[in-house]
Amino acid sequence: METKNTEKKHITEYCDVVVVGAGHAGCEAALACARLGFNTVVFTVSVDSIALMPCNPNIGGSSKGHLVCELDALGGEMGKCIDKTFIQSKMLNKSKGPAVHSLRAQADKQNYISEMRRVLENTENLRIKQAEVTELITEDRGNSKIIRGVKTSSGAVYFAKKVILCTGVYLKARCIYGEVSEYTGPNGLRAANQLTQSLIENGITVRRFKTGTPARVDGRTIDYSEMEEQKGDDFIRPFSFTNEPQDIEREQVSCWLTYTNENTHKIIRDNIDRSPLFSGEIVGTGPRYCPSIEDKVVKFPDKERHQIFVEPEGYYTNEMYLSGMSSSLPEDVQLDMIRTMPGFSHAEIVRHAYAIEYDCIDATELNNTLEFKNIEGLYSAGQINGSSGYEEAAVQGLMAGINASLSLKGKEGLVIDRSEGYIGVLIDDLVTKETSEPYRMMTSRAEYRLLLRQDNADLRLTEKGHDVGLIDDDRYNKLIVKKDLIEKEIKRLEETIAGCNDLINDFLKKYGSAELKEGAGQSYSELIKRPELNYELLKEIDSERPELPWRVREQVNIEIKYKGYIERQKQQVEHFKKLERKKISPDIVYEDLKGLRIEAVQKLSKIRPENIGQAGRISGVSPADISVLLVYLEQMKKK
Amino acid sequence: MSETIAAIATGLTESGIGIVRISGDDSYNIISKIFKSKSGKNIDLSESHKVHYGFIYNVSRETSDEGKNDILDEVLVINMKSPRSYTGEDTIEIDCHGGVLMMKKIFENVLAAGARPAEPGEFTKRAFINGRIDLSQAEAVIDIINAKNTRALKASVTQLKGSVSEKIKNYRNTILEDTAYIEAALDDPEHISLDGFSDKLYSDVDIVSSGIKKLLDSSENGKLIKEGINTVILGKPNAGKSSLMNVLIGEEKAIVTDIAGTTRDTLEASINLSGLTLNIIDTAGIRNTDDKVEKIGIERALSAAKNADFIIYVVDSSVPMDESDKKIIEFINTHDKKSLILLNKSDLEQKTDVKKITDMINDGSAKILQISAKMSIGIDELEKTIEEMFYSGEINYNDEIFLTSERQKTALANAYSAVNQVKESINAGMSEDFFTIDLMRAYEELGFIIGEEVKEDLVNEIFSKFCMGK
Repeated sequence: METKNTEKKHITEYCDVVVVGAGHAGCEAALACARLGFNTVVFTVSVDSIALMPCNPNIGGSSKGHLVCELDALGGEMGKCIDKTFIQSKMLNKSKGPAVHSLRAQADKQNYISEMRRVLENTENLRIKQAEVTELITEDRGNSKIIRGVKTSSGAVYFAKKVILCTGVYLKARCIYGEVSEYTGPNGLRAANQLTQSLIENGITVRRFKTGTPARVDGRTIDYSEMEEQKGDDFIRPFSFTNEPQDIEREQVSCWLTYTNENTHKIIRDNIDRSPLFSGEIVGTGPRYCPSIEDKVVKFPDKERHQIFVEPEGYYTNEMYLSGMSSSLPEDVQLDMIRTMPGFSHAEIVRHAYAIEYDCIDATELNNTLEFKNIEGLYSAGQINGSSGYEEAAVQGLMAGINASLSLKGKEGLVIDRSEGYIGVLIDDLVTKETSEPYRMMTSRAEYRLLLRQDNADLRLTEKGHDVGLIDDDRYNKLIVKKDLIEKEIKRLEETIAGCNDLINDFLKKYGSAELKEGAGQSYSELIKRPELNYELLKEIDSERPELPWRVREQVNIEIKYKGYIERQKQQVEHFKKLERKKISPDIVYEDLKGLRIEAVQKLSKIRPENIGQAGRISGVSPADISVLLVYLEQMKKK
Repeated sequence: MSETIAAIATGLTESGIGIVRISGDDSYNIISKIFKSKSGKNIDLSESHKVHYGFIYNVSRETSDEGKNDILDEVLVINMKSPRSYTGEDTIEIDCHGGVLMMKKIFENVLAAGARPAEPGEFTKRAFINGRIDLSQAEAVIDIINAKNTRALKASVTQLKGSVSEKIKNYRNTILEDTAYIEAALDDPEHISLDGFSDKLYSDVDIVSSGIKKLLDSSENGKLIKEGINTVILGKPNAGKSSLMNVLIGEEKAIVTDIAGTTRDTLEASINLSGLTLNIIDTAGIRNTDDKVEKIGIERALSAAKNADFIIYVVDSSVPMDESDKKIIEFINTHDKKSLILLNKSDLEQKTDVKKITDMINDGSAKILQISAKMSIGIDELEKTIEEMFYSGEINYNDEIFLTSERQKTALANAYSAVNQVKESINAGMSEDFFTIDLMRAYEELGFIIGEEVKEDLVNEIFSKFCMGK
């Protein structure tokens, strides 16, 4: 197989898996493959930018916190890494239901990078290479292709059985602010300008997306007395199920809140013609959920002010991140507008805000294992798939890594469905729905979110992680014990009856709860369901209660308290699963199916759904089309 | 386990006998709730393929005529155990006395006992999936499903009263806006606050809930949709269309003048011919005109006629045929519409070539009648002719209309229970994230009624209304 080059000598190597890019997706993908025993090479344009956080200095947040917990439950690294390196932790939506509690931690960016790099460098089977991958090596096989490896800009060839693309925003990256436009990746890092061409040559559709980041300001030039302090939580909950709160206790730093005002908005409006977003200089599609400050001012003219959160980038630096102020206005305008805000009259910008455009793929060309439908062995994960966010990238990296490894072992891929995790919702949305903007996770995208909570991510997914081989027996056995404790305790509470006596009624009276009448006993679980009571409070009247770990107590309370809602969602899931189980053969020729509408034929042919449920989620496929499909599936089954 | 479905298997006509069919795992359970012996005892259905004699009892709603548990009809019930039935599932057939009203009442009771209205072509689909229909018939099955779907869709679009769909759209908008607000706040709690929102939501949901209740009540009286045969009156200006309509409905709804082109829009009314409902649409006269308003009227007339089950073509027999008549005849022929030709103004001297007109329409098969709308001559015969055409099957009635309306009712009831669940959750002091589950359920159910799906609505609403993000 070795090729002889008579003119020049190039490095030629063989490995199991090549991962292109070492951002949040690339790190998880490479770690998963290496940990599962495969000889893995991960490429990065700069070793110093491994696990870089070029935008916000935090991990988690609404629905993203869920992703990190799920990743941890499956054996990923991000949760452990942020637990080690956070400088502030906060549970969002604490006053709401448990399904929308979302953990968010501010990171010390430098420590985060160092920690992740340390883990990568010390993982067996994993090698890091600083080089730009410029070409995919593929082989034709009938109508499709099979991956053979990659080439780098120096001409080196790495043959591999699987390749995972995790190029983030680096493909033909262009940073834009005001009249200035530079072909670089984030933070002035080298862009990858050649790989796109190779993707196109291999039949992959390439699109152009856009995102942006706000300015960083020198902390010494900010007057914090004019802003509101935002402290972290007293009780710090770890992301990783392997950590206990006491393991990760530490001194926390504060974030700060300030606001834009009429003056800020006037400066923006007066200079809007200098914004590349409005002049048409930027062609990439930007996300609606992460609008630049100029977008906000133009689209929401009635809002008198916008909140700006001022967040430290880490212990190592004075730089402060201005959350809510992403922009592509020229430098001079940026400085003028920032200085209008309370606390910022003398502010100095360290790094200005910019918009960044990059090439990404159309993820509907992927299977839900994240493998390309038409190129066997080539996987794709992270921002290249049209998603946005570190957490969204990380979980895709993990899943691509797991699936590449399973395939190497000759096993069936691991697909998490929409009823099992946010990871499933994210990937299913990416590969099924044609998104026209960078995709961000949101809790409202999860139909069964009452079941998909942060707190039960391990109960949902750790068994799968163990089956794959990323969760060791010790951790798995602990999970089994936990499940058992939860079940037993719920049963005990259902069977323990509170009678009408002074102890019980004094307790109920104390918490403003209706007292029990003579002869009308209620089980403890019924009492827990009352809005004013909960499992912890009932301890006062529960003499038989065993000592249980806090995570178990939490599950018991949630499972009992929201039983009605949870049961209803479980019924919905059952209906959902029925359709997911109806598999569609990959060889189906939709043009031959009479009775399908033309639009449905086009969409189904393009996306090639794997089951009836997925087919129904494609826009442009109607319930009548689904009926037609079902009839044909039956017909084929009988043939 | 498959859901249990039901439908009226015979046409919804004034026939001697009607059949209501139930299929699914719960069929036996459902029939035992409403079908008993004369003395009110349960009937033994343990043996399959037997005919049982008994009575259907009213379990659904009380009316002035029938109280709870009153006997509705004397029927024969045939029970077929899975897999020996058309669908391959447990199946019950109720042979009841024909008559639109009775069949509907029995059907409503079947639904009240736990079945849901069948989707278009669903019996056939189930038969196929359960292996009761030959493979070679797969395409025919798809054709049936598609044809029924098209008709159901047409039924839901054309039959739902404008005011009803307007209301439903408004309720959906309210629900979507409130849900989007909650979701935006949950997604970005540091920028959007939910303080006090429960109060606003409660009052919004309360309005929606009582609105849906009103619709549900009126649906019981059939006011939700326009059931019946869509009948369009076409003709030249001043041929006497409006006079005919007035005679038929017995009130001066259409304005009658001697000036040609008075009816510039379409007018609608329902009449009842011995149990048969006709939705009559009077239209603007067809002629070449430069008058903008009248032109719009003519366009509307033709588009109404396209959706019609039946066309009454009014000819002014006192004037000769001209281009406008040809235009109408051509329309009837190209759209293959069942039609009846009325030679109006029989009290005046006849100048139209009757044979020529009949020959030109529907290959000479169209019926022709002489009337004088103005003098009310020939109207009895007209009504009799329409009835005959219907009962002989010449006029086809869109049978999906009734089923569609039942599906819409079911969806409405589901939406009602969902919004009430929201109210309960608010009262129970639950947090906002619990509300949106039922809000979106209501949104989806209301969507069924007007034929709209959910897909990306919520996310789009969040992004368009709220200023999110970093």
